[in-house]
Amino acid sequence: MPQIFRPSTNTLSRVSIFGALAFIALFLWLLAVLNRSAYVTQQAVARQQPVQFSHKHHAGELGIDCRYCHTAVETSARAGIPPTATCMNCHSQIWVDAPFLEPVRASYRTDESLRWVKVYDLPDFVFFNHSAHVSRGVGCVSCHGRVDQMNQIWQASSLQMEWCLECHRHPEPNLRPREAIYDMDWTPPADPELGRKLAREYGVVSRTDCYTCHR
Amino acid sequence: MSQLRPFDLEALRRHLAAEAGAAPWRSLDELAGRPEFIEFLNAEFPQQALALDGEGVDRRHVLKLMAASLALAGLGGCTRQPEERLVPFVRQPEHRVPGKPVYYATSAPIAGFGVGVLAESHEGRPTKIEGNPDHPASLGATDAVLQAAVLGLYDPDRSQVVTQLGDIRPWSAFVATMEGVMAAQRERRGAGLRILTGTVTSPTLASQLTALLAELPEARWHQWEPLGRDAARAGALLAFGEPLETRYRLEQARVVLSLDADILGAPAHGLRYTRELVRARRGAGAGNPRGRLYVVEPFPSCTGALADHRLPLRRCEVDAFARALARRLGIAVPGADDPTLARHAAWIDALARDLRAAGGEVVVAAGEQQPPAVHALAHAMNHALGAVGRTVEHAAPVPARWEDEAASLASLVEDMQAGRVDVLVMLGCNPVFTAPADLRVADALAKVPLRIHHGLYDDETAALCHWHLPEAHFLEAWSDVRAYDGTASVVQPLIAPLYEGRTAHDVVAVLAGQSGRSSHELVREHWRQALGVPDFEIVWQRALRDGVIEGTSQPARSAVLRGDVATRLPPPASTATDTLELVLRPDPYLLDGRFANNGWLQELPRPLTKVTWDNAAYLAPATAARLGLANEQVVELALGDARVEAPVWIVPGVAAESVTLHLGYGRRRAGRVGTGIGVDVQALRTRGALWGGLGLTIRPTRRRHRIACTQDHFSMEGRDLVRRTTVAALADGAAHDDGAHEPTWNESLYDPYPYEGHRWGMVIDLATCIGCNACVAACTAENNVAVVGKDQVLRGREMQWLRVDRYFDGPLDDPALLHQPVPCMHCETAPCEVVCPVNATVHSSEGLNEMVYNRCVGTRYCSNNCPYKVRRFNFYLFQDWNTESYKLGRNPDVTVRSRGVMEKCTYCVQRIEEARITAMQEGRTIRDGDIVTACQQACPADAIVFGDLNDPSSKVAAWHRDPRNYSLLAELGTRPRTTYLGVVRDPNPALAKDRTA
Repeated sequence: MPQIFRPSTNTLSRVSIFGALAFIALFLWLLAVLNRSAYVTQQAVARQQPVQFSHKHHAGELGIDCRYCHTAVETSARAGIPPTATCMNCHSQIWVDAPFLEPVRASYRTDESLRWVKVYDLPDFVFFNHSAHVSRGVGCVSCHGRVDQMNQIWQASSLQMEWCLECHRHPEPNLRPREAIYDMDWTPPADPELGRKLAREYGVVSRTDCYTCHR
Repeated sequence: MSQLRPFDLEALRRHLAAEAGAAPWRSLDELAGRPEFIEFLNAEFPQQALALDGEGVDRRHVLKLMAASLALAGLGGCTRQPEERLVPFVRQPEHRVPGKPVYYATSAPIAGFGVGVLAESHEGRPTKIEGNPDHPASLGATDAVLQAAVLGLYDPDRSQVVTQLGDIRPWSAFVATMEGVMAAQRERRGAGLRILTGTVTSPTLASQLTALLAELPEARWHQWEPLGRDAARAGALLAFGEPLETRYRLEQARVVLSLDADILGAPAHGLRYTRELVRARRGAGAGNPRGRLYVVEPFPSCTGALADHRLPLRRCEVDAFARALARRLGIAVPGADDPTLARHAAWIDALARDLRAAGGEVVVAAGEQQPPAVHALAHAMNHALGAVGRTVEHAAPVPARWEDEAASLASLVEDMQAGRVDVLVMLGCNPVFTAPADLRVADALAKVPLRIHHGLYDDETAALCHWHLPEAHFLEAWSDVRAYDGTASVVQPLIAPLYEGRTAHDVVAVLAGQSGRSSHELVREHWRQALGVPDFEIVWQRALRDGVIEGTSQPARSAVLRGDVATRLPPPASTATDTLELVLRPDPYLLDGRFANNGWLQELPRPLTKVTWDNAAYLAPATAARLGLANEQVVELALGDARVEAPVWIVPGVAAESVTLHLGYGRRRAGRVGTGIGVDVQALRTRGALWGGLGLTIRPTRRRHRIACTQDHFSMEGRDLVRRTTVAALADGAAHDDGAHEPTWNESLYDPYPYEGHRWGMVIDLATCIGCNACVAACTAENNVAVVGKDQVLRGREMQWLRVDRYFDGPLDDPALLHQPVPCMHCETAPCEVVCPVNATVHSSEGLNEMVYNRCVGTRYCSNNCPYKVRRFNFYLFQDWNTESYKLGRNPDVTVRSRGVMEKCTYCVQRIEEARITAMQEGRTIRDGDIVTACQQACPADAIVFGDLNDPSSKVAAWHRDPRNYSLLAELGTRPRTTYLGVVRDPNPALAKDRTA
């Protein structure tokens, strides 16, 4: 009776065993990649807004301070979305007939709020506080990216917990002087000593307790 | 506990006698130690019983479910967040910062009297009520009813539209109708117009009504407040010849006697008096009086639980007791002592001596549910002891018109029966449900051609009316109200009416032909005229900011006691011992039933009985034994011709041969939550027996009605949980009745945590806790805690993060009552942390025991391992995720939990983080007192302190050093962060029967 398994079967079995392991590993790796991909995190996906508002133009080219519109950023958990009246401060004078601005004018006329799409959308069990970060030397750019170069706003960071923890574990590299919080161009000096100095000065400590963000 | 079985009372007595001086006991069930009860406890955690209800589950079923849940959980994890919108203002109001709550001072009118509150508003939505420290009736505290007001505001069952005979009509249709009606009435000088309200203390409403009555002199205004104060008024008339308010200054009192007066639990002034009494106790020593509290009452109350000496007496015997005491105080009350009191002669003698020895610094308070004679005797005793002007003061009436409301309602009904009423306008009241049964209000209503009802709910009265007008909740209305001491405050809205709610001012304005004027305008205009100051705008703005209108309290005035008060008393009430006594009481939370549709209040365990979602016939163990009744047995109660069926619930501490029933249940049209819950006992309430009477008969049935009592839930095993001492022993250095509590070892397998920054801790003072459950209600409101319903409470799955355990101490028939609030202990070496397989409960660097909902997979190991039983599991989707109006009322700073997740007390970590960020912005560290937990903030007794244990100057650290401080179950080595200060009593040495030592 001839042998059922020829010597080549050995190879086949080795390949299939290691292949299966490799396949599983590949699958898990793919999952991890997918989980960090823009498909899941929505990172770098520009959103259509009800008004074609350009941060690049307003914050970048015109140089309007972030806090002109996001007034609550230094006092509240939320930075605040400007009321229509803030837009109309200027746009009752300039570009009064621009068709792009019709939704803004309509809102002002009818008292119906503009309904902006939320770009930085944390899960409901995460409690982020803007004022706590800007008062301790974390600049807008650190999370929001170069807003002054974005026409449409997209999410500059993944907003995944590992990304938060990266900074919460080692905040020093992301600290800047308070004067530079709203400065889009500020670049940290090569010397890491500044971060350590600021951390001491502003009383920044690594906070990784769950209740820091989850309550 | 499947069938009815009475307790073997003799065995319990023998047991207690054999273990004299033993630890306090939790309940009769525990004491009896029946096999069914042991089984209930040994189910390890009854709340963790099989999640699937009904029939058993087999292996195949389990596998199917596991496969399905694995698949669904896997798929469920793949959802991406739905797109959310940001909706800013078009024109942002000044000073409004998104994400920052704003607090407004307003006042909650409860049964006519105002309690000042600060309402928290998130983005224009009221979410939480706190007490207003500047308001005399609050002093910063709140009670459970106030805490639950937010849920009442967002109740989707509140009436939403104007209806005429059930059809939805616009408000303008009502106004048009009334124009015609009122024109006809004006021709008859208002002869056919009647207005019925509750007790009116609102100066604006009173002036509106007065003006209307001046215009229509034949019209009548009647008042009926089911929790009324007719007896207090009649008592004042007896004693002084005029109706006078009586106020106490408990801070200065050496001896306080309550004659069935729940001075600490009454909604109008309970918060104030609790604060005062507790301050006296804290500041005692060094010449300051402590205020020894004696309480005589038929049914255990919060006041009785704090008493140094409590005497359970039938309600009818309190009158005789007051007379006997008055005689010993030198008041010439005719007659001799009632023979039924002979057994308490030594008690009365000792009390009389104590009262006399206090040098006039005494308070004798009579309860609202006691007859006028007791009130008159209390006045006479206060005068005889020289208390008036020191600890007791009198003032002009607070209600705009203080009248005999039962008589007022009766005369209205008489007019209705006689056909003299053409138009009846009922403002904010529900007489069909609350009126004494013998008045037959529903029958009389049928004879009124036009009936108009204005109320928060489409209730029993609304159903019999032609027009129903939805009432605006106090959080969405402009009005004003007076507090118990007369202090007026403005009720200001935090939100525009959610539905078509109108205030009583609006309705009266329509009657007066001023329908165009808003409540705001009416209230403001009233005060502009009443105050008559040139800079009115400043005064008005200050009143809105502070929550009180300055200088409006009724000044104390002298009162001349009639010389012949003792002889003018009506003959003493019968104390016949051959018959049962009925005692009617308003429910502690639902009051007369007005809050019946409030789930938080329904599910809040009643103080001392710990019953939820029901009322019952509360009996003493001895009475139940004599009648052969078992817990939960339905009995037929008959008084005169009226019959009511109610389940029996045996409560040690109730006076023998006395049956207490709570009003406010058995509502027929309360809403989805309250309708049909409990037993309607109104049938037994007649004008002659407003608060009960003698001659009750009980006929047992064989039926059983399950009662959801939470006392035996989350039971901690045996051991010495509540420690007690006396003032005298404390002075000798004995902090506890038994010194050998603390474990002698302190080792742990785990390395200690360093705690370089803060180390949060809490201390609860059991010596001042009155067991009112305000803390539990406040926690529910602050932390978005879900309501689970009676069925789930029966399974031990209530979700309240904090429970107030009740213990009895001493003999079965007359035990001392003890409370113990139990939140999460935030143990140093927490047993829950080490067993969680997914690290969902971990230790923070500041000592908090963190519960991370998004990690929790619901193994419930943590709860199994918790010796304090403070963890709560979401067996179902308990939280209402769908009703839109509820979403507005939730605290946006706390996660709303879903099913399958464990939760527990967080030490209000959202408040800790808020204080930390505020301190950070101000460039300082967190100060002691910056962080106030929700339970601490609500507590009228200041029994809870929270702070940093690393800061030796903090209050919590000071309380930690107090010799009375002890840890619960310290012998387990859990090193709890929450510790307790033991109970302190100050028994009269002359009363040999020393309860607390």
